[in-house]
Amino acid sequence: MDKKHEKIVQALQEKFSATYEDFRDEVHVFIKAEQIVEALTLLHDKYEFELLSALTATDYYPQQTPRFHVVYQLSSLAKNITLQLRVPVNGDQPKVPTATRVYDTANWREREVFDMFGIQFEGHPDPRRILSPEGMEGHPLRKDFPLGYEEPQFTFNYDDIDLKKIYAKE
Amino acid sequence: MGVEQKLGDMGIVTTKLEELVNWSRTNAMWPMLFGLACCAIEMMAAQASHYDMSRFGMELMRASPRQSDLMIVAGRVSRKMAPVVRRLYDQMPEPKWAIAMGDCASCGGVFNNYAILQGVDEIIPVDVYVAGCPPRPEALIHGVVTLYEKVKGEKFKDLAVVK
Repeated sequence: MDKKHEKIVQALQEKFSATYEDFRDEVHVFIKAEQIVEALTLLHDKYEFELLSALTATDYYPQQTPRFHVVYQLSSLAKNITLQLRVPVNGDQPKVPTATRVYDTANWREREVFDMFGIQFEGHPDPRRILSPEGMEGHPLRKDFPLGYEEPQFTFNYDDIDLKKIYAKE
Repeated sequence: MGVEQKLGDMGIVTTKLEELVNWSRTNAMWPMLFGLACCAIEMMAAQASHYDMSRFGMELMRASPRQSDLMIVAGRVSRKMAPVVRRLYDQMPEPKWAIAMGDCASCGGVFNNYAILQGVDEIIPVDVYVAGCPPRPEALIHGVVTLYEKVKGEKFKDLAVVK
Protein backbone atom coordinates (compact mmCIF):
# COMPACT_ATOMS: atom_id res chain seq x y z
CA MET A 1 0.00 0.00 0.00
CA ASP A 2 1.44 3.37 -0.96
CA LYS A 3 1.42 6.57 1.09
CA LYS A 4 -1.57 8.09 -0.65
CA HIS A 5 -3.74 5.19 0.40
CA GLU A 6 -2.35 4.82 3.93
CA LYS A 7 -3.88 7.98 5.34
CA ILE A 8 -7.29 7.26 3.87
CA VAL A 9 -7.41 3.65 5.00
CA GLN A 10 -6.24 4.67 8.46
CA ALA A 11 -9.03 7.22 8.72
CA LEU A 12 -11.58 4.62 7.64
CA GLN A 13 -10.21 2.13 10.15
CA GLU A 14 -10.48 4.60 13.00
CA LYS A 15 -13.90 5.90 12.15
CA PHE A 16 -15.70 2.75 10.98
CA SER A 17 -13.50 -0.01 12.47
CA ALA A 18 -13.04 -1.18 8.90
CA THR A 19 -10.76 -4.00 7.78
CA TYR A 20 -8.81 -3.97 4.55
CA GLU A 21 -7.12 -6.23 2.01
CA ASP A 22 -4.14 -5.21 -0.05
CA PHE A 23 -3.47 -7.09 -3.26
CA ARG A 24 -0.92 -5.88 -5.81
CA ASP A 25 -1.39 -2.26 -4.80
CA GLU A 26 -5.15 -2.46 -4.98
CA VAL A 27 -6.80 -1.70 -1.67
CA HIS A 28 -10.16 -3.16 -0.71
CA VAL A 29 -11.77 -1.75 2.43
CA PHE A 30 -14.58 -3.69 4.05
CA ILE A 31 -17.35 -1.57 5.57
CA LYS A 32 -20.56 -2.50 7.36
CA ALA A 33 -23.76 -1.92 5.43
CA GLU A 34 -25.19 0.65 7.85
CA GLN A 35 -22.00 2.75 7.64
CA ILE A 36 -21.49 2.80 3.88
CA VAL A 37 -23.26 6.10 3.17
CA GLU A 38 -21.26 7.84 5.89
CA ALA A 39 -18.03 6.36 4.56
CA LEU A 40 -18.83 7.38 0.97
CA THR A 41 -19.72 10.90 2.12
CA LEU A 42 -16.41 11.19 3.96
CA LEU A 43 -14.41 9.96 0.97
CA HIS A 44 -16.34 12.20 -1.42
CA ASP A 45 -16.12 15.39 0.65
CA LYS A 46 -12.79 15.11 2.43
CA TYR A 47 -10.61 12.83 0.31
CA GLU A 48 -11.66 14.07 -3.14
CA PHE A 49 -13.06 10.82 -4.50
CA GLU A 50 -15.33 12.68 -6.87
CA LEU A 51 -16.04 9.73 -9.16
CA LEU A 52 -17.90 6.50 -8.48
CA SER A 53 -16.53 4.61 -11.45
CA ALA A 54 -18.30 1.33 -10.72
CA LEU A 55 -20.93 -0.03 -8.41
CA THR A 56 -21.46 -3.73 -8.71
CA ALA A 57 -21.77 -6.89 -6.66
CA THR A 58 -20.38 -10.40 -6.44
CA ASP A 59 -22.03 -13.62 -5.30
CA TYR A 60 -19.66 -15.99 -3.47
CA TYR A 61 -22.30 -18.66 -2.84
CA PRO A 62 -21.65 -21.38 -1.70
CA GLN A 63 -17.99 -20.80 -0.77
CA GLN A 64 -18.39 -17.79 1.53
CA THR A 65 -20.78 -16.41 4.08
CA PRO A 66 -21.93 -13.64 3.85
CA ARG A 67 -22.52 -14.55 0.23
CA PHE A 68 -22.76 -11.10 -1.42
CA HIS A 69 -20.22 -8.31 -1.65
CA VAL A 70 -21.50 -4.98 -2.90
CA VAL A 71 -18.50 -3.31 -4.52
CA TYR A 72 -17.96 0.44 -4.78
CA GLN A 73 -15.04 1.41 -7.00
CA LEU A 74 -14.05 4.99 -6.30
CA SER A 75 -11.65 7.18 -8.27
CA SER A 76 -10.00 10.40 -7.37
CA LEU A 77 -9.03 12.40 -10.43
CA ALA A 78 -7.39 15.05 -8.27
CA LYS A 79 -5.09 12.56 -6.50
CA ASN A 80 -4.93 9.96 -9.26
CA ILE A 81 -5.79 7.01 -7.02
CA THR A 82 -8.55 4.43 -6.82
CA LEU A 83 -10.08 2.74 -3.81
CA GLN A 84 -12.49 -0.12 -3.50
CA LEU A 85 -15.11 -0.36 -0.78
CA ARG A 86 -16.83 -3.66 -0.16
CA VAL A 87 -20.01 -4.26 1.81
CA PRO A 88 -20.63 -7.91 2.70
CA VAL A 89 -24.33 -8.78 3.02
CA ASN A 90 -26.17 -12.03 3.49
CA GLY A 91 -29.60 -13.55 3.13
CA ASP A 92 -32.21 -13.90 0.43
CA GLN A 93 -33.29 -10.25 0.46
CA PRO A 94 -30.24 -8.32 1.60
CA LYS A 95 -30.59 -4.61 2.19
CA VAL A 96 -28.01 -1.86 1.75
CA PRO A 97 -28.66 1.89 2.11
CA THR A 98 -28.64 3.73 -1.20
CA ALA A 99 -25.63 5.78 -2.31
CA THR A 100 -27.68 8.04 -4.60
CA ARG A 101 -27.55 10.93 -2.11
CA VAL A 102 -23.74 11.00 -2.45
CA TYR A 103 -23.21 9.93 -6.06
CA ASP A 104 -25.98 10.50 -8.63
CA THR A 105 -24.56 7.83 -10.90
CA ALA A 106 -25.40 5.21 -8.28
CA ASN A 107 -29.04 5.40 -9.34
CA TRP A 108 -28.93 3.16 -12.41
CA ARG A 109 -26.07 1.03 -11.08
CA GLU A 110 -28.03 0.16 -7.96
CA ARG A 111 -31.00 -0.70 -10.15
CA GLU A 112 -28.76 -3.06 -12.10
CA VAL A 113 -27.40 -4.67 -8.93
CA PHE A 114 -30.97 -5.10 -7.71
CA ASP A 115 -31.98 -6.59 -11.06
CA MET A 116 -29.11 -9.06 -11.26
CA PHE A 117 -28.55 -9.94 -7.58
CA GLY A 118 -31.74 -8.97 -5.76
CA ILE A 119 -29.94 -6.70 -3.33
CA GLN A 120 -32.35 -4.00 -2.21
CA PHE A 121 -31.16 -0.45 -1.79
CA GLU A 122 -33.14 1.28 0.93
CA GLY A 123 -34.23 4.81 0.08
CA HIS A 124 -33.58 4.40 -3.66
CA PRO A 125 -35.70 6.92 -5.62
CA ASP A 126 -36.69 4.45 -8.36
CA PRO A 127 -36.23 0.83 -7.24
CA ARG A 128 -37.25 -0.98 -10.46
CA ARG A 129 -35.46 -3.54 -12.59
CA ILE A 130 -33.35 -1.95 -15.31
CA LEU A 131 -32.35 -4.68 -17.80
CA SER A 132 -34.82 -7.54 -17.43
CA PRO A 133 -38.47 -7.17 -18.35
CA GLU A 134 -40.83 -6.24 -15.56
CA GLY A 135 -42.47 -9.18 -13.87
CA MET A 136 -39.50 -11.49 -14.34
CA GLU A 137 -38.88 -13.86 -11.46
CA GLY A 138 -35.48 -14.39 -9.88
CA HIS A 139 -32.16 -12.63 -10.18
CA PRO A 140 -29.98 -14.06 -12.95
CA LEU A 141 -26.46 -13.39 -11.67
CA ARG A 142 -27.04 -15.26 -8.41
CA LYS A 143 -25.09 -18.48 -8.32
CA ASP A 144 -28.22 -20.51 -7.51
CA PHE A 145 -30.08 -19.21 -10.58
CA PRO A 146 -30.61 -22.08 -13.09
CA LEU A 147 -28.13 -22.02 -15.99
CA GLY A 148 -30.18 -23.35 -18.89
CA TYR A 149 -33.71 -22.45 -19.85
CA GLU A 150 -35.09 -25.07 -22.23
CA GLU A 151 -34.15 -28.72 -22.62
CA PRO A 152 -32.25 -29.09 -25.91
CA GLN A 153 -34.15 -30.90 -28.65
CA PHE A 154 -32.53 -33.99 -30.21
CA THR A 155 -33.90 -36.80 -32.34
CA PHE A 156 -34.67 -39.04 -29.35
CA ASN A 157 -36.78 -36.46 -27.49
CA TYR A 158 -38.00 -34.44 -30.47
CA ASP A 159 -41.71 -35.10 -29.97
CA ASP A 160 -41.73 -34.56 -26.19
CA ILE A 161 -40.11 -31.15 -26.52
CA ASP A 162 -42.28 -30.22 -29.48
CA LEU A 163 -45.43 -30.85 -27.45
CA LYS A 164 -44.23 -28.51 -24.70
CA LYS A 165 -43.41 -25.64 -27.06
CA ILE A 166 -45.81 -22.74 -27.29
CA TYR A 167 -46.33 -21.81 -30.94
CA ALA A 168 -48.01 -18.49 -31.70
CA LYS A 169 -51.11 -18.59 -33.85
CA GLU A 170 -51.82 -15.33 -35.70
CA MET B 1 -37.85 -13.14 -73.89
CA GLY B 2 -40.56 -10.86 -72.62
CA VAL B 3 -44.23 -11.68 -72.26
CA GLU B 4 -45.01 -9.56 -75.35
CA GLN B 5 -43.22 -11.93 -77.69
CA LYS B 6 -44.91 -14.91 -76.13
CA LEU B 7 -48.34 -13.40 -76.53
CA GLY B 8 -47.85 -12.20 -80.09
CA ASP B 9 -50.85 -10.33 -81.26
CA MET B 10 -53.32 -12.23 -79.18
CA GLY B 11 -53.70 -9.31 -76.72
CA ILE B 12 -55.46 -11.43 -74.17
CA VAL B 13 -54.38 -13.95 -71.56
CA THR B 14 -56.49 -16.04 -69.23
CA THR B 15 -55.54 -17.16 -65.75
CA LYS B 16 -57.08 -17.69 -62.37
CA LEU B 17 -57.53 -14.59 -60.21
CA GLU B 18 -55.96 -16.39 -57.26
CA GLU B 19 -52.83 -17.16 -59.23
CA LEU B 20 -52.59 -13.64 -60.60
CA VAL B 21 -52.91 -12.10 -57.14
CA ASN B 22 -50.42 -14.50 -55.60
CA TRP B 23 -47.99 -13.86 -58.45
CA SER B 24 -48.25 -10.12 -57.98
CA ARG B 25 -47.75 -10.46 -54.24
CA THR B 26 -44.54 -12.43 -54.68
CA ASN B 27 -43.17 -9.85 -57.06
CA ALA B 28 -43.62 -6.88 -54.77
CA MET B 29 -43.09 -8.15 -51.27
CA TRP B 30 -41.60 -5.40 -49.18
CA PRO B 31 -39.82 -6.43 -46.00
CA MET B 32 -39.77 -4.34 -42.90
CA LEU B 33 -36.56 -2.46 -42.17
CA PHE B 34 -35.44 -3.73 -38.83
CA GLY B 35 -32.75 -5.99 -37.46
CA LEU B 36 -32.05 -7.25 -33.98
CA ALA B 37 -28.49 -8.58 -34.10
CA CYS B 38 -25.67 -9.79 -36.35
CA CYS B 39 -28.09 -11.47 -38.80
CA ALA B 40 -29.18 -7.96 -39.75
CA ILE B 41 -25.72 -7.39 -41.24
CA GLU B 42 -26.20 -10.35 -43.58
CA MET B 43 -29.69 -9.10 -44.35
CA MET B 44 -28.20 -5.74 -45.36
CA ALA B 45 -25.66 -7.57 -47.51
CA ALA B 46 -28.48 -9.49 -49.20
CA GLN B 47 -30.23 -6.21 -49.84
CA ALA B 48 -27.17 -4.40 -51.20
CA SER B 49 -25.85 -4.39 -54.75
CA HIS B 50 -23.77 -7.57 -54.66
CA TYR B 51 -26.61 -9.97 -53.86
CA ASP B 52 -29.39 -7.53 -54.73
CA MET B 53 -32.63 -8.81 -53.28
CA SER B 54 -34.53 -6.40 -55.51
CA ARG B 55 -34.15 -9.01 -58.25
CA PHE B 56 -36.86 -10.83 -56.32
CA GLY B 57 -39.21 -7.90 -55.98
CA MET B 58 -37.84 -6.57 -52.72
CA GLU B 59 -37.12 -3.09 -53.96
CA LEU B 60 -37.50 -1.44 -50.64
CA MET B 61 -37.13 -2.13 -46.97
CA ARG B 62 -40.00 -0.22 -45.49
CA ALA B 63 -39.24 1.61 -42.27
CA SER B 64 -42.90 1.49 -41.27
CA PRO B 65 -44.76 -1.71 -40.45
CA ARG B 66 -47.89 -0.26 -42.07
CA GLN B 67 -46.23 -0.38 -45.49
CA SER B 68 -44.59 -3.79 -45.26
CA ASP B 69 -45.70 -7.31 -46.15
CA LEU B 70 -42.88 -9.36 -44.74
CA MET B 71 -41.18 -9.39 -41.37
CA ILE B 72 -37.63 -10.74 -41.43
CA VAL B 73 -36.75 -11.38 -37.80
CA ALA B 74 -32.97 -11.05 -38.10
CA GLY B 75 -31.35 -11.86 -34.78
CA ARG B 76 -32.06 -13.07 -31.27
CA VAL B 77 -35.24 -11.74 -29.70
CA SER B 78 -34.78 -10.87 -26.06
CA ARG B 79 -37.71 -11.20 -23.71
CA LYS B 80 -37.74 -7.46 -23.27
CA MET B 81 -37.93 -6.99 -27.06
CA ALA B 82 -40.64 -9.62 -27.56
CA PRO B 83 -43.68 -7.37 -26.89
CA VAL B 84 -42.24 -4.80 -29.30
CA VAL B 85 -41.79 -7.35 -32.09
CA ARG B 86 -45.34 -8.57 -31.53
CA ARG B 87 -46.69 -5.03 -31.67
CA LEU B 88 -44.84 -4.36 -34.95
CA TYR B 89 -46.27 -7.57 -36.37
CA ASP B 90 -49.76 -6.55 -35.31
CA GLN B 91 -49.34 -3.20 -37.05
CA MET B 92 -48.58 -4.81 -40.41
CA PRO B 93 -51.58 -4.99 -42.75
CA GLU B 94 -52.87 -8.38 -43.91
CA PRO B 95 -51.75 -10.40 -45.75
CA LYS B 96 -48.42 -10.66 -43.98
CA TRP B 97 -45.62 -13.17 -43.69
CA ALA B 98 -42.68 -13.76 -41.38
CA ILE B 99 -39.24 -15.26 -41.86
CA ALA B 100 -37.20 -16.34 -38.85
CA MET B 101 -33.68 -15.61 -40.02
CA GLY B 102 -30.87 -17.49 -38.32
CA ASP B 103 -30.64 -20.01 -35.50
CA CYS B 104 -31.50 -17.57 -32.71
CA ALA B 105 -34.76 -16.38 -34.23
CA SER B 106 -35.66 -19.96 -35.14
CA CYS B 107 -34.99 -21.76 -31.85
CA GLY B 108 -32.92 -19.60 -29.51
CA GLY B 109 -29.64 -20.79 -31.02
CA VAL B 110 -26.77 -20.88 -28.57
CA PHE B 111 -28.65 -18.65 -26.14
CA ASN B 112 -30.43 -21.24 -24.04
CA ASN B 113 -31.08 -18.85 -21.16
CA TYR B 114 -33.59 -16.65 -19.34
CA ALA B 115 -33.04 -13.54 -21.44
CA ILE B 116 -33.69 -14.82 -24.96
CA LEU B 117 -36.91 -16.08 -26.51
CA GLN B 118 -36.48 -19.72 -27.55
CA GLY B 119 -37.61 -19.04 -31.10
CA VAL B 120 -39.63 -16.10 -32.37
CA ASP B 121 -42.45 -18.57 -33.19
CA GLU B 122 -43.46 -18.24 -29.55
CA ILE B 123 -44.88 -14.78 -30.28
CA ILE B 124 -45.53 -14.57 -34.04
CA PRO B 125 -46.47 -17.25 -36.62
CA VAL B 126 -43.43 -17.99 -38.78
CA ASP B 127 -43.64 -19.10 -42.43
CA VAL B 128 -40.03 -19.92 -43.23
CA TYR B 129 -37.06 -20.71 -40.98
CA VAL B 130 -33.59 -19.95 -42.33
CA ALA B 131 -30.81 -21.88 -40.59
CA GLY B 132 -27.30 -20.53 -40.13
CA CYS B 133 -25.32 -18.48 -37.69
CA PRO B 134 -25.65 -16.08 -39.37
CA PRO B 135 -27.06 -17.39 -42.68
CA ARG B 136 -25.26 -16.13 -45.77
CA PRO B 137 -27.16 -13.77 -48.07
CA GLU B 138 -27.73 -16.68 -50.49
CA ALA B 139 -29.43 -18.60 -47.68
CA LEU B 140 -31.71 -15.69 -46.90
CA ILE B 141 -32.58 -15.28 -50.58
CA HIS B 142 -33.29 -19.02 -50.71
CA GLY B 143 -35.60 -18.56 -47.75
CA VAL B 144 -37.36 -15.73 -49.55
CA VAL B 145 -37.80 -17.80 -52.70
CA THR B 146 -39.12 -20.67 -50.58
CA LEU B 147 -41.64 -18.25 -49.12
CA TYR B 148 -42.63 -17.23 -52.67
CA GLU B 149 -43.35 -20.85 -53.50
CA LYS B 150 -45.53 -21.02 -50.42
CA VAL B 151 -47.36 -17.81 -51.30
CA LYS B 152 -47.97 -18.99 -54.87
CA GLY B 153 -49.80 -22.00 -53.46
CA GLU B 154 -52.00 -20.02 -51.08
CA LYS B 155 -55.77 -20.23 -51.38
CA PHE B 156 -57.94 -17.22 -50.64
CA LYS B 157 -60.18 -19.22 -48.39
CA ASP B 158 -57.24 -20.14 -46.14
CA LEU B 159 -56.12 -16.57 -45.51
CA ALA B 160 -56.64 -15.01 -42.09
CA VAL B 161 -58.46 -11.99 -43.58
CA VAL B 162 -61.20 -14.19 -45.00
CA LYS B 163 -61.59 -16.15 -41.80
